[in-house]
Amino acid sequence: MRLFRSINRYFRDAFKSVIRNFSLSLASISCITITLIVVAISIVLSYNVEKMTQHVSSNISIVVFLNSETKDTDVLKIGEDIKKLDNISEVTFKSKKEYAEETKKLDERFSLIVDSWTDDKIPLLDSYEVKVVDIDLIGKTADEIKKFDYISSVNYGEEYIESVITIFGVIEKVCIGGVIALVLVTAFLIANTIKLAIFSRKTEIEIMRLVGASNMAIKVPFIIEGSFIGFFGSIIPIVLMVYGYNSLYNFLGGQLFSSSLGKLVEPYPFIWYSSGLLLFIGLLVGMFGSYRAVRKYLKI
Amino acid sequence: MRIWDGGVMDLIRMTNVQKTYKTGTVALYDVDLTISKGEFVFVIGASGSGKSTLIKMLYREEKPDKGSIMIGGINVAKLKNRKVYILRRKLGVVFQDFKLLPRLTVYENVAFAMEVFNFDKRKIHQRVMEVLELVGLKGKVRQYPDQLSGGEQQRVVIARAIVNNPKLLICDEPTGNLDPDTSMGIMKVLEDINKMGTTIIMTTHNRDIVNKMQKRVVVLNEGKIVKDYERGKYYEAV
Repeated sequence: MRLFRSINRYFRDAFKSVIRNFSLSLASISCITITLIVVAISIVLSYNVEKMTQHVSSNISIVVFLNSETKDTDVLKIGEDIKKLDNISEVTFKSKKEYAEETKKLDERFSLIVDSWTDDKIPLLDSYEVKVVDIDLIGKTADEIKKFDYISSVNYGEEYIESVITIFGVIEKVCIGGVIALVLVTAFLIANTIKLAIFSRKTEIEIMRLVGASNMAIKVPFIIEGSFIGFFGSIIPIVLMVYGYNSLYNFLGGQLFSSSLGKLVEPYPFIWYSSGLLLFIGLLVGMFGSYRAVRKYLKI
Repeated sequence: MRIWDGGVMDLIRMTNVQKTYKTGTVALYDVDLTISKGEFVFVIGASGSGKSTLIKMLYREEKPDKGSIMIGGINVAKLKNRKVYILRRKLGVVFQDFKLLPRLTVYENVAFAMEVFNFDKRKIHQRVMEVLELVGLKGKVRQYPDQLSGGEQQRVVIARAIVNNPKLLICDEPTGNLDPDTSMGIMKVLEDINKMGTTIIMTTHNRDIVNKMQKRVVVLNEGKIVKDYERGKYYEAV
């Protein structure tokens, strides 16, 4: 019963304090709101870039052409051997006949040429399309496949793939680094704002200590108060995230560029996860800020 | 000098207490002091004589460098920071500068001290009204500190200090900011509290109060206890 009463009191006092120290609470809340909006924008940017990177990566594959004299049994064996390598996600066989059929569909003149070929005299090569798990290791995997017998050539668009990988890698790292840096700066900034807010309540803490409140009984209401501030501070960023991202997605029709590369992340469940993350960051920095500030005044 | 039998009735026992501040100032030097339950003791001395340091040690705002301080069975000198509340719950403190919370009403300021004990609302209400009546402020429960006179504010502080029935009431120049009439009013309240069994230790510069009250007087000079009168007067003491 006493425990219930004290928990009840902690929440009531924390809420009262937010109201009583409204101007200072508002300063802390605004600080959280502004920084969380920036964090929200960074989340949207970095997640979309991440998705685009993944999209590009998943569409890059190695094409392995086999020699024309490769027997059917060797073709199968090569396929099995490729699958046994590390970093392989998918291996698809494409016969020279399939290539011929595809070529036929391209143009009428091609169709005439292809029709002139007999089944055993198609001047094309059988191939394997190989998708990899880690795009950064694509060069190494291609080199390993080159060492197999009956391989005519191995292509993966070395020239531009390498630069695409590097560029996306840099963008991804910059975005993730940006979000982490922002969260840290936010935490520090909010901790200091709350510290200033609590500084004005030094006497209150002093009196609480004087009348026999334990350190725990002093800290808990301040930490709860910090969580209230964090909660109130994250409302506007969450509303912006939910309505803003939805509107942006609908306005752009889900595409940033015309190609499939620029496809934006679907709003659901992305906005729920992001909102949850924003709320979590808000609560955490609010509580952490209060904790740090109040701890300072509990030392003798 | 007063000779003590050191019986079981001792509430405070300070032995060889020494305190030197970081600046090198020796605030207290080899202080031995014993105070029995139910006593009313004045601590007097010039500014810088160590009165405030002595008082601060009693509620563990300062720690001695040497010696021991026993209060109601607690060794205050060895009390850890996070355990200070155990001592503070057994005593009440009254300051010259009141230390009231300006955003709380008279009632809330007093109830504040009971709320940390998690008493239920009805009990808090009953006890707060009881002590406010004792200090003569029953009609001002809804007022805020800045709506009260200095004397009234000090009464609120006293009410807050005694609301949890402490064994010991520590008063650091409680009449320092008050006029003579108001000061005597405060002393009357303190005397009533003392008669109910609470031990009171009070620092003061007020000659009239010490002379009128005729209580035990401990005189400090340059960090040492130089005199200890059972029923002292200021002119004898200084």
